[in-house]
Amino acid sequence: MSLGNQDRPVTGSIPSPAGAPPTSEPIKAIKLKHPWRIVFAVVLILLVVWFIIDASQREAYGWQYVGKYIFDKRISAAALVTLQLTVYSMIIGVILGLCLAVMRLSPNPVVKSIAWLYLWIFRGTPVYVQLVFWGLFSLIYPKIFLGVPWTDWGVSFDLAFMQNAFIIAIIGLALNEAAYMAEIVRAGLLSVDSGQEEAATALGMGWGRTMTRIVIPQAMRVIIPPTGNEVISMLKTTSLVAAIPLTTDLYGVARDISAVTYTPVPLLIVASCWYLLFTSILMVGQYFLERRFSRGVNARRPDRGDGAALTGAVPVAGAPGNDLGGKG
Amino acid sequence: MSDRVSPSTPGTPMVLADGVSKSFGSNEVLKSISLSVNPGEVLCIVGPSGSGKSTFLRCINHLERVDAGRLSVDGQLVGYRQHGDKLYELKPKEAAKQRREIGMVFQRFNLFPHMTALENVIEAPIRVKGVPKAQAVARAQELLTRVGLGTKGDHYPAHLSGGQQQRVAIARALAMDPKLMLFDEPTSALDPELVGEVLDVMKGLAASGMTMIVVTHEMGFAREVADELVFMDGGVVVESGDPREVLANPQHQRTQAFLSKVL
Repeated sequence: MSLGNQDRPVTGSIPSPAGAPPTSEPIKAIKLKHPWRIVFAVVLILLVVWFIIDASQREAYGWQYVGKYIFDKRISAAALVTLQLTVYSMIIGVILGLCLAVMRLSPNPVVKSIAWLYLWIFRGTPVYVQLVFWGLFSLIYPKIFLGVPWTDWGVSFDLAFMQNAFIIAIIGLALNEAAYMAEIVRAGLLSVDSGQEEAATALGMGWGRTMTRIVIPQAMRVIIPPTGNEVISMLKTTSLVAAIPLTTDLYGVARDISAVTYTPVPLLIVASCWYLLFTSILMVGQYFLERRFSRGVNARRPDRGDGAALTGAVPVAGAPGNDLGGKG
Repeated sequence: MSDRVSPSTPGTPMVLADGVSKSFGSNEVLKSISLSVNPGEVLCIVGPSGSGKSTFLRCINHLERVDAGRLSVDGQLVGYRQHGDKLYELKPKEAAKQRREIGMVFQRFNLFPHMTALENVIEAPIRVKGVPKAQAVARAQELLTRVGLGTKGDHYPAHLSGGQQQRVAIARALAMDPKLMLFDEPTSALDPELVGEVLDVMKGLAASGMTMIVVTHEMGFAREVADELVFMDGGVVVESGDPREVLANPQHQRTQAFLSKVL
């Protein structure tokens, strides 16, 4: 086809022979150079190298202590506590958040307002302050009495379990998380086209069945990515349980050890390494979950990894997700 | 398409509207609509957009509440129960039971995108009517074949053309064995070359004796299939009658103006 075309100029129209489509020559231009990019990159690399060399020689980092404590039994046990706090409070938070989201979409104005009030309080106060409050809860309510006022008819609940710092931590984190999950779930439910609910209703399906079979499965696609962010965020928020106080988690134990050995900096590095390990695993997991849930339905190009890889941040309407920063 | 639909109470019209009115806030969308459709008849409703045709259709299966007048399907009041001279609103469960007998096809198909075509069709029979799965699948396969999609059962809606999706939606509605089918502009969201395949399915359905109410802009379909044509404008029935006569010789000025634009 392109035979004899090599010597033709790039500009100017080429008369095509009758019947054959015109062939155009590929552009062979000299690439634009970006010298400042290279300079900037070199400067950055030099800065990083300088920082690493400097840090490796600084006494205060105490690298020998980092090596000594990173696989310490107490530290890995504490890491397990941090994981437990994350998993348990996330599970409760998601279930409670789902209830709150459904309450907020309820036609009953009282139910709606209560859900709104809950979100207002729990999203409007710092999680640290909330945890301090839950730590004091058993002082305010040693027991709860449900019954007829001014008589002793009724049931009394002993709240001694609210003196267990681990349980308080889970409840405190879960109640705070529920408020954020409620908004994520609500955004997910609202993202489903109203025609879906209508079609299900027209087929004679009831509200509950419409939700579980039609709306929620479709909402999951929108709910999953920010929920992954919430898990990562929760892992780091668990370090705030010191407010209760609970000191068996990763950060708490690292601090306890350093209080004895007078080496705070190396133990902070040890704790950070463990947090980084867990968040990295979660981010990889989130990447695969997102890929799974966006299958077929949306028009993401399969040939591109689509940037979301390890940043973990997927912008979704109504999601308060902040990928790496803690909240509170 | 030889199977007849389930026989209804003889002598009663399938749909009877008597002074049906409906407002959204201060906007009166339906103003005292009265009409009746006999079993086996096909009624086409035409008119400019915003004339209340879709709202009327949605009132018939209680997706919208009627504010005034009486609307009944097969002798049963829609959305209410009458005791003496008092009306009681139906519980959601009772309303859902009424809707089972009325199939609806939407302008935008509204197939469930997370289910295959076959799963779309068997969902309601299994979950609502409690039909055993094997039986529901066999029936769904038969219905998909009937709408010309016998081999597309395992396709997701996103992988079907608009016309195919709408035919699946018709099969989905038919799977509940309705005694009345409502079509809300079933071809308006389709590319022109796909309209024909959907209309063909609807023609076959009409020929099999299904009672149908069709809101449409397809005058050719109305002329060929409808037993009666209603022209609505501004929430009222302006003119009604035999479709061939109304289309050929409209009496009312507004009907003439509308038809001169669409024909």
